[in-house]
Amino acid sequence: MEILVCVKRVPDTSENEIAVNSDGTDIDRDDLVYSVNEWDNYAVEEAIQIVDRVGGKVTVVAVGDDESEEVLRREMAMGAHEGLLLSDDAFAGSDGKGIATILKAAVEKGKYDLVLTGAQADAGAGQVGGMLAAMLDQPYASLVNKIEVIDDKTLKVGREIEGGNQEMNEIQMPCVLSIQTGINEPRYVGIRGIRKVASVEIPVLGASDLGVSSDAVGAAAAKVKVQDYFVPQLGAGAEMLEGSTEEIIDKLIELLKAKGGLK
Amino acid sequence: MAQIFTYITHKGGVADDTALELAAAAKKIDAGAAVTAIVTGTGSDLDAVCNDVAASYSEVWKIDNPALAYPNAEAVRKALINILPAGAILLLPHDTFGMDLGPGLSIKTNSAFVADVADIEGTDGTTLKLVRQEFSGQVSTHVTCDASAGAILNIRPGVCKADESKSAGGKVVDKSGNAGDLKAGRKFLEMVQAEVGDVDITKSDVLVSVGRGIEEQDNIEIAKELAEAMGADLSCSRPIVDAKWMEKSRQVGTSGQTVKPKVYMAMGISGSFQHLGGIKGSPYMIAVNKNPKAPIFQVADVGIVANILEFMPELTEKIKEL
Repeated sequence: MEILVCVKRVPDTSENEIAVNSDGTDIDRDDLVYSVNEWDNYAVEEAIQIVDRVGGKVTVVAVGDDESEEVLRREMAMGAHEGLLLSDDAFAGSDGKGIATILKAAVEKGKYDLVLTGAQADAGAGQVGGMLAAMLDQPYASLVNKIEVIDDKTLKVGREIEGGNQEMNEIQMPCVLSIQTGINEPRYVGIRGIRKVASVEIPVLGASDLGVSSDAVGAAAAKVKVQDYFVPQLGAGAEMLEGSTEEIIDKLIELLKAKGGLK
Repeated sequence: MAQIFTYITHKGGVADDTALELAAAAKKIDAGAAVTAIVTGTGSDLDAVCNDVAASYSEVWKIDNPALAYPNAEAVRKALINILPAGAILLLPHDTFGMDLGPGLSIKTNSAFVADVADIEGTDGTTLKLVRQEFSGQVSTHVTCDASAGAILNIRPGVCKADESKSAGGKVVDKSGNAGDLKAGRKFLEMVQAEVGDVDITKSDVLVSVGRGIEEQDNIEIAKELAEAMGADLSCSRPIVDAKWMEKSRQVGTSGQTVKPKVYMAMGISGSFQHLGGIKGSPYMIAVNKNPKAPIFQVADVGIVANILEFMPELTEKIKEL
């Protein structure tokens, strides 16, 4: 089975506190630690496991600048066979549809039975997989937490829905699936693994290589635009307990007693 | 302003809470709009839902088709493409169904798409002014959406106060004949119910709930000791289940259990809306997190900035001494 997995380089929220920059035009990107989007990492692991079972090849693709190459390499160290970087100044400022347009062009240059994306990334939209499937006129399932290969045309997939229930579906290939975290346990990537793929060439394709019109992507084509960033005020905010740990704990125990939190 | 529609999700003949929330959301786009609800399904359940929501909408478009008995997003999309007028604005709930439907539908109708809308600030001509969140709620954004060729907006459940007035007095219009061919490449097979765990956290009065801040599997024991000392049950957020450190049956959130305790201790949990969506009944919430900017502090009653791995053992000791 030929599988393409779309991955994105994102600020690692477990390593960084995300803050707004001084003029509110972006998050503060100084000193941020980046990594592969967590959902995408599960998607790559799933693709590798499928190919281990039924044979085939896993290609990882990213839309981004040169720095995204490092993320592709990390996923190749996990076991993805090939990497592909889609990079062009014309891609900057694309909205979800723009990104899906770029990826569609890359999908059509290959012959993939299955395209995987993460269920969502840093902006929390979860939109690119569904858009890509619609552009390709392929079936789609979001929030997939189980994949079983039935035959060379059919998959059985579980979707994680409300209440921890799982919706089982049969889906025809070629298709697009967006992968939910927890579907598997992504393997650890050691420094040795990274070194092994350090010199593998990763082709870079731009707008003209892909046959993507620069009118269809980038900031000018984007119908959805982020105007500014700010820190949300959802509620009145918590009463913050301050002082020495001992003082805080005494106060907290009082509160717990009053609210029925201690039995 | 374009014609505004909402899509009503329902189960067992009862409309989802989002049915009335979306009516309110539509009014935030255009206070004077005559809003149309679209309901798909089949049989008497569908009729019950249509009649119920008619009180809250100017019009209800019913699409009755056996292929829509289970809400398969691909089949629903085909029906919507055939009945939506050009340039329409459609509001969907940002739940597991809306996430399945919205992005692809926007491509097929050539409209703009905005996921997980947290607020609607208004309009400027054909531009919608919206609020979203990024990085699991750590920062918010003002977003503009060019709706001149239509728009699909996925509205986060719970953020728009339901319009309970039921004063619209709308009529149900049967659009079943316009839905067209609903053949889909994806077929619903069955629902696998969530496993029942050893403890039913939905019945717990006091929960000690752990998130990413627990860092390692071995540290779960520290939280367990605190829960035992308090006489509480132990629950967790999604990453802990993803890491297979705790059972799925102990996960609080929209993709896990919905809990309604009296006291909720969020230990090292940042507070994504999916997690908060699983906490009902306004418990007294205590949040401990080493990140002072964690969104959980905005919704908790009491907050403490600390490393839970240091804080929990000290608290446990003190409680044991009582």
